[in-house]
Amino acid sequence: MAELLLNVTDLEIKAGATVIVDKVSFTLEKGRVLGLIGESGAGKSTIGLASLGHARQGLRITGGRAELNGRDILKPARRDARLLAGASVTYVAQSAAAAFNPAHRLIDQVIEATLWHRLMPRAEATERAKALFALLGLPDPAHFGDRYPHQASGGQLQRAMTAMALCPNPELIVFDEPTTALDVTTQIDVLAAIKHAISKTGTAALYISHDLAVVAQVADEILVLRNGRMVERGPVEQIFRAPEEDYTKRLVSLRRAEKPSQARGGDVLLRVSGIKAGYARGVSILDDVSLDLVRGETLAVVGESGSGKSTLARVITGLLPAWSGQLQFDGTVLAPALSARNAETHRNIQIVNQIPDLALNPRQTVEAILSRPLAFYFGLKGPALRQRVATLLDQIELPSTLRDRYPAELSGGQKQRVCIARALAADPKLIICDEPTSALDPLVADGILDLLMRLQREAGTSYLFITHDLAIVRSIADSVVVMLGGKVVRSGGKADVLAPPFDPYTERLIASVPEMRPGWLDDAIAGRNRSETPKP
Amino acid sequence: MADGIEADIKVMSVLAAPKARGLSLWAMLGRRLALGLVLLWAVSLVIFAGTQILPGDVATAMLGQQATPEAVASIRQELGLEQPAAVRYVKWLGGAVTGDFGRSYSNRQDIAKSIAPRLKNTLLLAAMAAVIAVPLSIGLGILSALHAGSWIDRTIGLVTLSAVSLPEFFAGYLLIAYFSVTHFWLPSSATVSDGMSLGQRFVVTLLPCLTLVLAVVGHMMRMTRVALLNVMASPYIETALLKGLPWSRIVWKHALPNAVSPIVNVVALNLAYLVVGVVVVEVIFVYPGMGQYLVDHVAKRDVPVVQAAGLVFAAIYILLNIVADMISVIANPRLRHPR
Repeated sequence: MAELLLNVTDLEIKAGATVIVDKVSFTLEKGRVLGLIGESGAGKSTIGLASLGHARQGLRITGGRAELNGRDILKPARRDARLLAGASVTYVAQSAAAAFNPAHRLIDQVIEATLWHRLMPRAEATERAKALFALLGLPDPAHFGDRYPHQASGGQLQRAMTAMALCPNPELIVFDEPTTALDVTTQIDVLAAIKHAISKTGTAALYISHDLAVVAQVADEILVLRNGRMVERGPVEQIFRAPEEDYTKRLVSLRRAEKPSQARGGDVLLRVSGIKAGYARGVSILDDVSLDLVRGETLAVVGESGSGKSTLARVITGLLPAWSGQLQFDGTVLAPALSARNAETHRNIQIVNQIPDLALNPRQTVEAILSRPLAFYFGLKGPALRQRVATLLDQIELPSTLRDRYPAELSGGQKQRVCIARALAADPKLIICDEPTSALDPLVADGILDLLMRLQREAGTSYLFITHDLAIVRSIADSVVVMLGGKVVRSGGKADVLAPPFDPYTERLIASVPEMRPGWLDDAIAGRNRSETPKP
Repeated sequence: MADGIEADIKVMSVLAAPKARGLSLWAMLGRRLALGLVLLWAVSLVIFAGTQILPGDVATAMLGQQATPEAVASIRQELGLEQPAAVRYVKWLGGAVTGDFGRSYSNRQDIAKSIAPRLKNTLLLAAMAAVIAVPLSIGLGILSALHAGSWIDRTIGLVTLSAVSLPEFFAGYLLIAYFSVTHFWLPSSATVSDGMSLGQRFVVTLLPCLTLVLAVVGHMMRMTRVALLNVMASPYIETALLKGLPWSRIVWKHALPNAVSPIVNVVALNLAYLVVGVVVVEVIFVYPGMGQYLVDHVAKRDVPVVQAAGLVFAAIYILLNIVADMISVIANPRLRHPR
C-alpha cells in the first residue's frame, strides 16, 4: 500500500444555497493518478480547485475536510499556506492559450511559482524548466521558453503549462480537462506527453475530464461524479469491465449505432466546385474545394481546427462570398453573396451553430425565437403560428411548457434543440450543422444526433455536417469529405473513406480517435512508432 | 456612465488593434506621424474655413461702427483681406509650416512670439495637473478594482463622479471660496511672471491645478477600474492565483501590463483635455496661458491669433494620441514579437 497523499472527506461546496459538491470523499496515494469524470455541472473542476484550497468567485467551501500529507488544505495553518498552492499542488487549466499571460515570456511564467516560493535559485529553476520542456517533447527546449504565448501553438502551450505545473516539483498536479480544447491529432500527442511526464516524475495527479476514453488512458483509478455527488469509484479496469451503477454503464457503453452507409449517388442538391475563399487579401483559407451533397443524405466534413470547415459553411451560406468557383443549389447557380440571394434561397439553407448560447437571442423567449422565421417566410399569425410552434417543439421533443422560457433558463441540450427547431421552422432543403454537439456532454450529444437522424428520416432534409469527431461521422454520415489546410484530401462514400488504403492524414486522424478502453493510448503510440521506424 | 466607459474600452481596443501586421515599430511610428500630419492639414482647413464664416468683420471691429467705408477698405487692403480666401489660406499655411503665424490684427505683434510664453505656462499647468491626476486616478482605479462592489469602491466612485459632474467654473469658484476667501490660504488669481521661482509658481497655480485634477480624475479612474476588472476576469489571473502569488504581485505583474492599452488611451485623452480644455480655468484664475490668450482675441475678431491657437491645440491633441497609440503598441507583445 502506497503512502496516503490526499485525503478528502465529506467535501461540501455551495453557490449561495445551491449545493455544487455534495459530501464527496476520496483518497489519493503518492504517485497515483485519479481520474475525475462527469458531465458539466458535476462539480469536477470545483473539487479540483478545492484541492488547491481555492474556490471560484461565488462558491463557498461549507463543509468537510481536505488534507495533503496530513496538513489541512481548506484552512491551512499560516506556515503551510505559502507552500500549498503553487508549490505542493499545481494546476493545469483547460485552455492553456488563455491561462498563460500574454504579456510575459513562457519561461518567466513557468519558473515564477518556483522562484516565488523560493524552492530553488533562478539558474536551477531555468535548467529544470528546460529539462521539462524536453521531457514533454517541446521543440528546441533550450530556447522554447523565450517565446511569448502567442508564438506557440495550442498543443505546445498545453505542454508548456504541464511543464509549469511540474517545475516546482509538486506532490500533486490537478489537470483540468487539459486536452479538451485540442484537435484529436494534437490531443494524442499531448496526452502521451503528459502521461510520460507524470510517470517519469512520479507526481500524483487528479485528472479531470468529461471524456471517459481519455481519462482511461492516464488514470489508475476513476471516480465518477454526477450533479456534485459520487456515483462510483474503482480501478480503471474494473470500471470498464464491471461498472456497477447504471450511469457508469451508460457512459462506458456509449457507442452510437452506426448508420448503414447509403451513399447512392443520384440527385445532387448542392454542388460546390473549385471554391477559393479567404478573409484577408491574398491569404486563401479554402483552396479549390469541390464536393457534392446528394439530396436527403448527410455529408460529413471532417478536419482539425484551421482546416477551413467553418469557412466552407460561411461560403455556402453566402456570409463570406467566394473569390472564385461556383455553388450550385437545387439545379441553379447560387449568387456568392448573401445579399444577392432571394428569400427563397435563404429559407432553403439554414444553419445550426456550434455554441447555442451565442446563437440564441438571450432577450427572446423560445416562442419568439421560433415564431420569427414562421412569420417571416410563411406569414403565419395568431393561432396558426402558435399551432406551428407547438408542432415544432413536439418535433424536437421539448414540452410545450418551455415556450415561454428564455434561453438562459434552458440546459445546453435544450438550447441546441431550439436552434434545430429554428432551422426546421424555415422548412429548408439543407441544414448546415457546424459542430452542433461538440459543446455538449456525451450523453446529451447522443440525444441531439438521434434527433437529427429522426428528422432526416421523416422530412428528408439534407445535412452538411461539420465535425472533428470521427465517431460521429461513423454514426450519422452517408458521405465524407476530409479537409486539411483548406484542401479536400479525401472524399467519397463513408465506407470507402473510412476503410484502407488511407492517405497519411486520414490514417493519422483515425488512429488518433480515443477508444473506450484502457491501454488504447499505448497501443496507438506503439502503432505509430512501428509505422514510422521502418524508414531507414 | 458605466456603459459608456465599457463602450469606450471596446472602441479603444479596436483603435489600438494591430491593423498592419508585421510592420516594424519604426515603420508604424512613421505611418502614424504621416497620418498625424495629414490630419493636422485637414484641421487647418477646417480652422481656416471656420474663421472665414465667423460673423463680423475685423476692420469694422477694429475701427468701430462709425468708421468710414474708405477707412475700412484701406484696413482691409493693409491686412490683405481683399485677396481670395484660397490665396490667403496658402499664404497662411505656408507661414505656419515655417513657424510664422503672422501678426495679430489687434496689437500688431508677432503671434509666434506672443504664443511661446503662454504655451509654456499652459503646458506647465497641465503638466502639474497631470503629475497629480494620473498617479492618483490610476491608484484609485486599482484600489477600486481590487475592492469592486465594496464600500471603498462605492465611495471612490461617488466622490470622483461628483467631481467630474461639477462644471469647472463652479468647482473653481468653490475652491476659491474655501481656500482664498474663507481661509486666505492660497491666492485666488494665478498671476505668474518670469521672475518667479518654481516653488512660488507652484503655490500660485495650485488652485487652478486642483480644479483641473477634479475634472479629469473621474474619467481616468473609472477607465482604470473597468480595464483592470476586465483583465482580472481572465483565466491567466486564476493561474497566477493558483501559483500562490499575493494580490500585489498579481496586480502589478499579471493584470496591469495587460490593461495598459485602454488606460494609456484614456490618459492621453485627458492630458489633451488638460492642455486644450483649460480655457475656462485660465479665465477664472486669470492665468496667462493659451486659453486666456485665445478668449481675449476671439472677442476682438483677431482671426490670425484664433487660427494659430487652434492649430497649436490640434497639434498637441494629435501628438498625444500618437504617443498613446505607440505606447499601446509597445505594451502589446504580439506586435513587438510577431509570430
